[in-house]
Amino acid sequence: MSLRDAVTAVRETGDFTAIQEAIPYSRFMGITAELVDGDVIGRMRYSDHLVGNASVPALHGGTLGALMESTAIFKLLWHGETTTVPKTINITVEYLRGARPEDVFARAEFTRHGRRVANVRVFAYQDDPERPAAVATAHFLLVQE
Amino acid sequence: MEGRYVGAVPHNQALNLRVVDYSPEHLSLALPYREDLVGNPETGVLHGGCITSLIDATCGGAVIMSLAAPRRIATLDLRIDYVRPALPHQEVICDAHCYKVTRHVAFVRAAAHHGDKASPIATSSGTFVVFRDEGRGDEGRRGEDGESA
Repeated sequence: MSLRDAVTAVRETGDFTAIQEAIPYSRFMGITAELVDGDVIGRMRYSDHLVGNASVPALHGGTLGALMESTAIFKLLWHGETTTVPKTINITVEYLRGARPEDVFARAEFTRHGRRVANVRVFAYQDDPERPAAVATAHFLLVQE
Repeated sequence: MEGRYVGAVPHNQALNLRVVDYSPEHLSLALPYREDLVGNPETGVLHGGCITSLIDATCGGAVIMSLAAPRRIATLDLRIDYVRPALPHQEVICDAHCYKVTRHVAFVRAAAHHGDKASPIATSSGTFVVFRDEGRGDEGRRGEDGESA
């Protein structure tokens, strides 16, 4: 299934499996999303290859960035009017506390969702959404250049 | 550097990160192109997430290269600007420069490109906290609730 068809399928069913299947990197990372109370929640399933520091142990910071960028894109695709995949203009990740070798979740908020650009804030957490392991601010281009 | 840094970090190993070059305060790592790291199957371009991991790993390595003694470090923040679309089927190289180290904080700038430094696909800046109490051991510093800093 093409990414375009996958996005259409997700809009119809609310099941993000099709998008994960269509994006090779999402499969590699175990990143998916699901609808929880109408909101898109990203999830990165724990796997040993996501570890950054084996002695602590803690997840690699880059993997948290990947989950947050993916969650923002999933939410933009869910709410967007076109099937064009949003392009990341920039992303700033702040690391607040080490992430344990367990599943990580992410929730995105649109600070502003314009026609051309979306400003998104994303929170990555493990058991307590009020204690994020990392937060990100990102801008996405929603139209073709 | 290869074994001590890339080989010791499972996720860097999973991405097959390779040391291209290093000198005091500088590190260059390469992320080889792989089909399973593609973010958009229609363009074949690598996902931004693995570029984030590449840049984070290279910046952290540049900090380690700048320290007189081995210390534990943690990323405070990392900003990445995607200035040009990445090309499919090409490896991505990240050059990082740790341009300032204070007692507790290190400052890094980096750029990612396909081999031509003058034409970056992403530019980045990050800050890292440097832990100065290795004598107490990693576990003691971490605290009971998983705090990293």
